[in-house]
Amino acid sequence: MTHPETVPVSAESSNEETPLLKIRNLEVGFETQRGLVPAVRGIDLTLYQGQSLAIVGESGSGKSTTAQAVIGLLPGTGKVSGGSIEFEGHDLTKFSDGEFAQVRGSQIGYVPQDPMSNLNPVWSIGFQVEEAIKANGIAQGKEARQRTIEVLQEAGLSDAGERLKQFPHQFSGGMRQRVLIGIGLSARPKLLIADEPTSALDVTVQRQILDHLQSLTRDYGTSVLFITHDLGLAAERAEQLVVMYKGKVVESGPSRAILENPQHPYTQRLVAAAPSLASRRIQSIKSAKQSDDDVRIFGEGSLDDALIARAASREASATEDLIKVSNITKVYEIRKQGFRKDKLLAVNDISFGVKKGTTTALVGESGSGKSTVAKLILQLESLTSGTIEFDGRNLAGIKGQELLEFRRRVQPVFQDPYGSLDPQYSVGNTIAEPLLAHKIGTAKERFNRVSELLDQVSLPQAARHRYPGELSGGQRQRVAIARALALKPEVLVLDEAVSALDVLVQGQVLNLLTELQTELDLTYLFITHDLAVVRLVADNVCVMQGGRIVEAASTDEVFENSTNPYTRELLEAIPGANIKLGA
Amino acid sequence: MPSNNTGRERPGQDHFIASLAETPVAEIDQVDESGKARSTWTDAWEAMRRRPMFWISSVLIFIIVIVAIFPGLFATYSPTECYLKFSDGGPEAGHPLGFTRQGCDVYSRIIFGTQASVTIGLLTTIMVTLFGGIVGALAGFYGGLLDSFVSRIGDIFFAIPTVLGAIVVISVIPVRDALSVSLILALFAWPQIARIMRGAVLSARNSDYVTASAALGVSRFKTLVRHVVPNAIAPVIVIATVSLGIFIVAEATLGFLGIGLPPTVMSWGNDINQARVSIRTNPQTLLLPSAALSITVLAFLMFGDVVRDALDPEARARR
Repeated sequence: MTHPETVPVSAESSNEETPLLKIRNLEVGFETQRGLVPAVRGIDLTLYQGQSLAIVGESGSGKSTTAQAVIGLLPGTGKVSGGSIEFEGHDLTKFSDGEFAQVRGSQIGYVPQDPMSNLNPVWSIGFQVEEAIKANGIAQGKEARQRTIEVLQEAGLSDAGERLKQFPHQFSGGMRQRVLIGIGLSARPKLLIADEPTSALDVTVQRQILDHLQSLTRDYGTSVLFITHDLGLAAERAEQLVVMYKGKVVESGPSRAILENPQHPYTQRLVAAAPSLASRRIQSIKSAKQSDDDVRIFGEGSLDDALIARAASREASATEDLIKVSNITKVYEIRKQGFRKDKLLAVNDISFGVKKGTTTALVGESGSGKSTVAKLILQLESLTSGTIEFDGRNLAGIKGQELLEFRRRVQPVFQDPYGSLDPQYSVGNTIAEPLLAHKIGTAKERFNRVSELLDQVSLPQAARHRYPGELSGGQRQRVAIARALALKPEVLVLDEAVSALDVLVQGQVLNLLTELQTELDLTYLFITHDLAVVRLVADNVCVMQGGRIVEAASTDEVFENSTNPYTRELLEAIPGANIKLGA
Repeated sequence: MPSNNTGRERPGQDHFIASLAETPVAEIDQVDESGKARSTWTDAWEAMRRRPMFWISSVLIFIIVIVAIFPGLFATYSPTECYLKFSDGGPEAGHPLGFTRQGCDVYSRIIFGTQASVTIGLLTTIMVTLFGGIVGALAGFYGGLLDSFVSRIGDIFFAIPTVLGAIVVISVIPVRDALSVSLILALFAWPQIARIMRGAVLSARNSDYVTASAALGVSRFKTLVRHVVPNAIAPVIVIATVSLGIFIVAEATLGFLGIGLPPTVMSWGNDINQARVSIRTNPQTLLLPSAALSITVLAFLMFGDVVRDALDPEARARR
């Protein structure tokens, strides 16, 4: 095997005409009791030295399976059942395990999705990086230690020397991902596969990591194969796009061409539904100076026309505050060793109002305290200080019948559609549960109400007898919304209600929520980390950081004239926000 | 953005669009309406009924239970009709398994002994599951002082081996019947179920659907009954089926030691104890009740094993 350090890394010296990676008619299937289930059904892909290419698709489209086939790490019973993967002219599908081990790491690097579980918690960071370096034959002994420090420094950990002895739990998510990128690039591979490298991270961290990854790979002339579900991110970070759908490529080519002129109906849908791109659409509608063409490009086949139109024509309405939060603080006590206790200030003296019939978004990154605020308003946690008023009444210490009445009027929808439904309850029983708990109606009336609610959230009547395990994430979230609507509430508290969904499904649920709001005159408190979605649905925005509200204003003001540095940072970090479109 | 490929021709990277015929676009997020609705329990049933072990153990248990309820249907002679003239006699017409040293019919005694074993096994299991389950669920769900108290009490009983503890208690109580023996076994066996229930409830009560149910206005106790317990019951069912066999063994052990059911009651443990003396001369009087005991216990253990595989998907995946 060639020593990696002797391999020329500059793009100039390699043959421009031979692709680095050439996949032709690749088929991958998983062996099950019912025979071979295809996951990838004949895809083509070409990647040249120094280029970056992104495979975009929803969950289950076969994008990760393709990446795993390239690196020879198909999970479980997966196997390549046809086609070829040529890497520098060698067909990887014919490689033995031993041959693959030689290529992996040194020629093809890999950055996994989840930085939390991909570092072994019992070994120090230094040990794990050094292990990779030794395994790839880059350096041995003292040299390896020296190289480890270099690798971590390159990955953006300035105090690498001192941090070698630390363990993964002492690193934040972003730092761990940096370490993994460092490992992936340590042998200066010709190809780096990054499988959803930043999906688990906050947007601002995501941006730093991707910027860093981009500059590193450009310096080394490394080709990058991105796997992502985020069209905005893909278009921003890769020159070439491959859009996958149900194991097939529906459209591929230069990112710009696809984004500006999506041809396949599926790609059109994706472009139309991507919130990051949609928020640009709103901007273009608003600043009507721009030609209508730009609007039409995105408007075609769009899922959320109504949403966009509404967002564009939104005006700050001057209704009464339905929910009024004044100077609330929440302190958690964390038990430490022995009897010592630490105090954690989760929510620090915040105030805001939610106006009747509008959507107020609470935006922040993980740990900003936004979900705690939701729990406080829902009366699921007790306040440390401050007051929350609902419809002019102070909620402090309400209980019994009054609390029940409050619960009827304010309903939650939670983030995780896999966790918020009881797996033992059929959909019909789940939706009827609040009616039962509040002793509303006879069995017959409840049955009819469930039918009505299923219609409202566009689920077929037959879904009544299904169990949550049989439904997709989006369908479960619609069940959760139906359950929340059962009592005809006035307020819905949506805690990251669309964050776990694929973009098309997310668009669908956002559409549904907007329709319901107009139809039923609902008030939404929308809690999310995703500013692009906020742009679509919110009238007012509160930006949270470290338990405080750093900015509260109307959506237009925040998106167009925000002066707050943190808000600006968040806005900049929306993937796809910086793509220039049109002339 | 790097754009080092602008203006350069690169084969295979033109704007490619798949034909619609090859890649039809489906409705977004359609509900799969094919097939029957599948809950955890229907899934478990589907998984169980495909396994021969399930059918073998079910048929065995069915036969054992029928024998226990209607022993008269299977044996023509009374187990207490003993004549010394038949002492240690071999098989003969109407007495297929021969006679004990006392001259009793071995076959009849085995048939009539089934009742005691099955009754005590079932009674103990029901008591243990109810008591241990309720205590464990309450401790796990409400936590706090109740949890600490229950857990420590459980630890005390847990530290005493079931049979050893039963021997001590049984030797001081005046009444010995199926109920009292079951009660004593249950007294020392409930902490196991309580522990398992507590653990399962602890993990279920932190689920989002429990928070959701609170926010919907369902009371704490109803949440426990409607959402937490149904989601925590599976491991308890598994342990309960397996321990049914173990309680039958415990009953036989007590009988063998001569401190179980009184000698007037037919019990395999008692019979095995009495047959000790004739192990050399007439070994089947010892071996045959032992075999009946083994088959019964095996049937319940097999059944428990199948139930565990069906209810615990991880165990299923390992297979």
